[in-house]
Amino acid sequence: MLQADPILQTKDLSVYYGANRVVTEVSLDVLRNRITAIIGPSGTGKSTLLRCFNRMNDLIPTFHLSGEVLFEGNNLYEPTVDATDIRYQIGMVFQRPNPFPKSIFDNVAFGPRINGYNGNLADLVEWSLQRAAIWDEVKDRLKSSALSLSGGQQQRLCIARTLAVEPTVILMDEPCSSLDPIATLAIEELMRELSEEYSIVIVTHNMQQAARVSNYTAFLMAEGDRVGQLVEFGESRQIFTNPQDERTEAYITGRFG
Amino acid sequence: MAVIAPTDFRKRKERRKWQGRAFFVLCLLAITVALGMLLVLLIYIGMKGWSHVNWSFISSFPSRHPDEAGIQSALLGSVYLVIIAGIVSFVLGVGAAVYLEEYAGRNRFARIAQINIANLAGVPSIVYGILGLEIFVRSMGLGKSLLAGGFTLALLILPIIIISAQEAIRAVPPSIREGGYALGASRWQTIWNLVLPQAFSGILTGVILSVSRAIGETAPLIVIGALTFVPFSPDGPLSRFSALPIQIFNWTARPQAGFQEAAAAGIIVLLIVLLGMNALAVILRNRLENRS
Repeated sequence: MLQADPILQTKDLSVYYGANRVVTEVSLDVLRNRITAIIGPSGTGKSTLLRCFNRMNDLIPTFHLSGEVLFEGNNLYEPTVDATDIRYQIGMVFQRPNPFPKSIFDNVAFGPRINGYNGNLADLVEWSLQRAAIWDEVKDRLKSSALSLSGGQQQRLCIARTLAVEPTVILMDEPCSSLDPIATLAIEELMRELSEEYSIVIVTHNMQQAARVSNYTAFLMAEGDRVGQLVEFGESRQIFTNPQDERTEAYITGRFG
Repeated sequence: MAVIAPTDFRKRKERRKWQGRAFFVLCLLAITVALGMLLVLLIYIGMKGWSHVNWSFISSFPSRHPDEAGIQSALLGSVYLVIIAGIVSFVLGVGAAVYLEEYAGRNRFARIAQINIANLAGVPSIVYGILGLEIFVRSMGLGKSLLAGGFTLALLILPIIIISAQEAIRAVPPSIREGGYALGASRWQTIWNLVLPQAFSGILTGVILSVSRAIGETAPLIVIGALTFVPFSPDGPLSRFSALPIQIFNWTARPQAGFQEAAAAGIIVLLIVLLGMNALAVILRNRLENRS
């Protein structure tokens, strides 16, 4: 059974790009201070679903949705809600590391600066980099370009950048897909630590990863015109060892997808 | 069994070899002709005018005597024109490009604007001269001044600047914008802090290259009434003016051999200014790219 206290919820959420429905009637609870994984084959709306949580889909002109997305009980898509207010409470880490072509320091300081942070910026940057387990590697070269870092370091820098605006939720869209196995393990370790204070939602293609790091797993798939429907959602241990739906079982045992 | 008989193949191979050589020679000829003409021009101009290029030529005003004639007023006129045109077209061009790339999306107005900008880039420069004469010289009452000339040249190069700035802005990866939005940046903050700094070197290159086109323009300036004989330096934005290409045009039309030399010398100065600006564009671009 799921415990109460969801931080994010979707209720009968369907997402459309123009006339195409890419997420179909998903109702899902994301619990506070837990890691929730969204898995499923390619093209089943995992990223789209994730991007509903911080309204990144707003950037796509043809995007519209039906149903509700609740953040701490409030509908994110109420007309009175400003997307920029949402986005610094619900941070996002992308599939490919996307550091800004600025110094390491300025990358982390960017969010606090634009959101009008008044405290000690240097302290905040150090705290964020430490939190993202990259401080020791970059503390002597904060002024050098973020693009000089390796892919794994860049991704941890992007996590530090997200932490610097002190979000409550971190969304991760296949954060390890362009990283090597060692960098992947470092990020996974980091996610486990961060989940003590943050709620994390991760989209991943890698089922081992979902099994390793997540507390809860949602399995999406496409059937006919019902693209991006939620087949099964539950504790990861149960999903990966004793799935209730035979389609979930077929997917996690590698029979399709 | 082979599809092509060996004898056929050998015969064809010979022919293909010759075709290849002929094509190579043709290409070589093309580059030789193109560069050769340029070289002939440079040598001709150099031989005729080089002895004429000296400090007194640069610092003197035009004169009826070819030996005393100089280009100070024309050179200063050109410099001021280019500064005015550069600033005006930079501000308007980047603004328009940001609107079209970041705000407009795919609405009808943007599509029409886009098509028209591409068309405007192909409008003959003399047409801009007529527009400048009507709007800046007459309607706005600027007279036949540096300001009117600079504005006219700004209009002339605006389409090219918009297009090159759009390309520079488009080259900024969407992931950078997404990164900004995901941190709670507004659209304005994302454009100002992330997109424009990264597009800046490309924008600057476009501006400098267009401005070096403007510095060689003659026709629109003649139409708006630039002078060919200006024995004074421009003393303000509303001053009357001449410009290098106009001075050169004026000298080439004179019968005396001395003025032909002066014209060649003027062309050398113009070319040096042009090359200098292009070099500046390259240096600035490299420096900005290394920094980021």
